[in-house]
Amino acid sequence: MQTSANLVWLIALPLFSSAILLLAGKRANSWGHVMATIVSASAFTIGFVEFIAMQSRADENRAVAQKLFTWISVGSFNVDASLLLDQLSICFVLLITGVGTLIHIYSIAYMSHDLDRRRFFAYLNLFIAAMLLLVLGDSYLNLYVGWEGVGLASYLLIGFWNQKPAYATAAKKAFVANRVGDVGLSLAIMIAFATFGDVSFAGIKEHVEHASSTQLTAIGLMLLLAACGKSAQFPLQSWLGDAMAGPTPVSALIHAATMVTAGVYLITRSNFIFDEAPIAQLMVLIVGGITLLFGAIIGTAKDDIKKALAASTMSQIGYMILATGLGPIGYAFAIMHLLTHGFFKASMFLGAGSVMHGMKDEVNMRKYGGIGKFMPITALTFGLGYLAIIGVPPFAGFYSKDKIIETAFNAGGMKGLALGIATLLGAMITAFYMTRVVILTFFGNERWGHKDEPHESPALMLIPIGLLSIGSIASGFILSKGEGLVHWLEPVVNPLKEHHDEFLPPIVVSLMTLTVVAIGILIAVSKYRGDQLAQAPENVSVLTKAARRDLFQDDLNESVFMHPGQTLVRNILNIDYLVLDGLVRAVGSVSLTAGSRLRSLQNGYVRSYALLMIIGALALIAAIWVVTA
Amino acid sequence: MAIANYLYLSAILFTIGAVGVVIRRNAIVVFMCIELMLNAANLAFVTFARINGNLQGQVVAFFTMVVAACEVVVGLAIIVTIYRSRRSISVDDASLLKR
Repeated sequence: MQTSANLVWLIALPLFSSAILLLAGKRANSWGHVMATIVSASAFTIGFVEFIAMQSRADENRAVAQKLFTWISVGSFNVDASLLLDQLSICFVLLITGVGTLIHIYSIAYMSHDLDRRRFFAYLNLFIAAMLLLVLGDSYLNLYVGWEGVGLASYLLIGFWNQKPAYATAAKKAFVANRVGDVGLSLAIMIAFATFGDVSFAGIKEHVEHASSTQLTAIGLMLLLAACGKSAQFPLQSWLGDAMAGPTPVSALIHAATMVTAGVYLITRSNFIFDEAPIAQLMVLIVGGITLLFGAIIGTAKDDIKKALAASTMSQIGYMILATGLGPIGYAFAIMHLLTHGFFKASMFLGAGSVMHGMKDEVNMRKYGGIGKFMPITALTFGLGYLAIIGVPPFAGFYSKDKIIETAFNAGGMKGLALGIATLLGAMITAFYMTRVVILTFFGNERWGHKDEPHESPALMLIPIGLLSIGSIASGFILSKGEGLVHWLEPVVNPLKEHHDEFLPPIVVSLMTLTVVAIGILIAVSKYRGDQLAQAPENVSVLTKAARRDLFQDDLNESVFMHPGQTLVRNILNIDYLVLDGLVRAVGSVSLTAGSRLRSLQNGYVRSYALLMIIGALALIAAIWVVTA
Repeated sequence: MAIANYLYLSAILFTIGAVGVVIRRNAIVVFMCIELMLNAANLAFVTFARINGNLQGQVVAFFTMVVAACEVVVGLAIIVTIYRSRRSISVDDASLLKR
């Protein structure tokens, strides 16, 4: 495998920049954001240069590696801190640094009134560094470092405005939910080490046939748990909605385009395990299927524009996870949807941020309405993202989502039918809730209830959105042209190892998809046409109420895990207080009592000391007498 | 006269001294009682020297006298100082190291 000395700079640059920004303090306030943006752009440049170089090589020579140092060396167990840039990771590197740079530029304007802008950019760079480490690590252990790093950056950025207690709680919630997933990842690494004696991707791939199916299933399920935590999949999805407490650029970068897709990366990267573990793969399908519907249903009821988009993210990642569960052919489509989703969802989030910027940080769509004519560029770019996500040709989502639906149907038998119907249903609900978001925000009557008209955002915010919109128009076509991405990823995921019979011809699937999408749009248009009230209606169906409460996931978590957990902790605390502390306190009080009793002997009266001495001497004599006699 | 009588006398004198130390408050009297105890011990030493027929007991008696003389010097000095500061020579009044 070829080596390259450039890879380390991809990670080192943003990492150093983050450290400088955090350590320099207020001195960096005037130039910190510029440096962070330049660093992010440089990382993109490095990534792009590597990409060009990679393209010019033959398929089997495309991957490059760089060994940084020997990290762990214990007996026969060696882990190097090594980076691996192959066809899969370059997709992520370009997405992370590309979208990351655009969002850096956007944030310069979006955060310009924030006193802590420097800290914000420091965290953003920290995130970029950690995310790049995640996708560049050549072993599960290296990946784990990045995995934890993005978790930290996500936590810091969700709680960026931690002066509001609710936001700090949201950060904590995300952290705890992620921790559950992280347990899965660490268990997966441990099982992998116990099974293979190795934790590197290449090493495990080589020896995967020596492992029993039980071991592979266990590793697969644990990896799935990890993916669920990071990618907000059922049943660990509850944190994503609250994560919208973070500034909007964060929601766009971390909680839409990149970090939450790390689970998809993990499963795709571990394809050699999942391909040999059918039970784990089935679970992946089930999780993906449940989440894509779950997220979509929640999305229909949210009035907070960011939470609606977050639910949509959850649902779209459900699509990706489902695709990764479809076996070799699915991985490429999962990655394709991931990339197109990165573009259109980031563009829509930034559009939502632009709307909030013009609407005094109002997030309730019921208080929007008719914004389109005040913010035409934002409305246009949001509209392009909208067309992309619902999958209208020729926009990006059409190519990627259609492929997933098609592959789902082709899985064959009842499984294929069930998955196909689930994905179609998801597409319809997606069309419904996205149309709802667009109508409530940009059309209809003005409901904001104050005289100030919304204003269009500055160019520094609109340019990144525009560039992302170009991505949401063109990326699907470019990636799917001649099955480009599929062939590109072939060396990593072997997509053409097996060939499924086509359940339905692709054109039929596309027509079905477009039909259900049209139905979804029509339902939404008929329901939200005309003037709306500025308040959410109260007399709604049970289903709507459930969807507004995130389908009771929080209630479930709280009643099943949180409250019993708190009770347990309280009881342990009581035991600690009564038993353990009680013992310690008993020793103390016994000493105290004994001391105060004995103290009365030390009264300072010489005569009593003399008496004691005499008694003592007599006792001694008596003792000697008794012993000798 | 049996030589054991000296030992009985010594025991009686020691007991009188010990009781005196314990029950009297006047520092001078306590002091004299201590002397009495020392001399009782001396008597016992000398008696034992006589019984065993060597001089070791007598030598120790001399040592005791020297120590007692030194003790008297130091002790009286302390008593005088305490009296000066507290206007009392009761040992019970001097129950604290501070004033």
